[in-house]
Amino acid sequence: MPRFSVWGTRLALLYFLAGFTIGALILINKAAPLHPAIWSLLPLHIEFLLMGWIVQLVFAVGYWIFPRFKFEPKRGRPGFAWVALGLLNAGIGSLTLASVSGQPAWVLIGRVLEVGAVVVFAAQLWLRAKPTETGVKV
Amino acid sequence: MPAVTRWFIKSSLVYLAVALAFALWLAGQSIGFAVVPGLSPVFFHFFLVGWVTQMIMGVGYWFFPKYSPEQPRRSERLGWAVFGLLNAGLLLRGLAEPLFSSNAAATWRTALVVSAVLQWLAGLLFVVNTWERIKER
Ligand code: HEM
Repeated sequence: MPRFSVWGTRLALLYFLAGFTIGALILINKAAPLHPAIWSLLPLHIEFLLMGWIVQLVFAVGYWIFPRFKFEPKRGRPGFAWVALGLLNAGIGSLTLASVSGQPAWVLIGRVLEVGAVVVFAAQLWLRAKPTETGVKV
Repeated sequence: MPAVTRWFIKSSLVYLAVALAFALWLAGQSIGFAVVPGLSPVFFHFFLVGWVTQMIMGVGYWFFPKYSPEQPRRSERLGWAVFGLLNAGLLLRGLAEPLFSSNAAATWRTALVVSAVLQWLAGLLFVVNTWERIKER
């Protein structure tokens, strides 16, 4: 597994654990109220699990297992993949800030960063979406 | 493909079918199907935990880099524990959340708390069993 995928998968696992923990707290709080503020964690629960866990894991595993190029760099330019991962995590960070601070501007910034992450990642992986190893040079 | 992976994958396919049946029911409520309180979160989580996450867990257990030559998938017992806890927790939620939404009796409250704890434990053990397999080779 390349270094990029190790980072992506480990970050995804951390978000998975945080998201599951928040989900469990919200569910417990629904049945046996612990604190009124717990319900306000719902947007973070959704963000951590959909973007932090599922989308991030797709980035990590896609980069790892898609058909490679015949020439170096065999997985395409890793720099672009790292930029995508950075944008994704900055986006999740902004949305976290939005939840904590109550400032909706962070939601907008976060979504812009996330769209950027997906565009950069898709562009990075595009030419590797082939039936088999491909001879294209990048 | 290891046995626990096959159980994860087949269960996840069943959850997908059931989740979509629930989606159909939710859509049908606008044309007179009985309104079931609490069905919407059950639909979301049968889809996202039962189908998506369970498929990832099963394929990940099979596919991630080997832990060691003797224990390629780290602990098989933990793999089964994750499978059992996740499904027990999610099924219990599927039953208890609609029942709790129409009747907040102590039984359903307790069942929801137990379902949360079971699923959380499954998540924790999945991360424990997977973390050290995520490495460069
Ligand atoms: C990959 C895993 C998960 C994903 C992607 C996910 C996603 C979501 C989404 C999209 C919602 C909003 C649903 C709506 O608007 O009705 C939600 C709500 C919720 N989730 Fe999760 N979830 C996950 C796991 C869990 C787990 C493991 C638990 C508890 C142990 C949990 C507890 C809750 C609760 C209590 C709500 C609020 C439900 C309500 O409206 O009453 N989630 N989740």
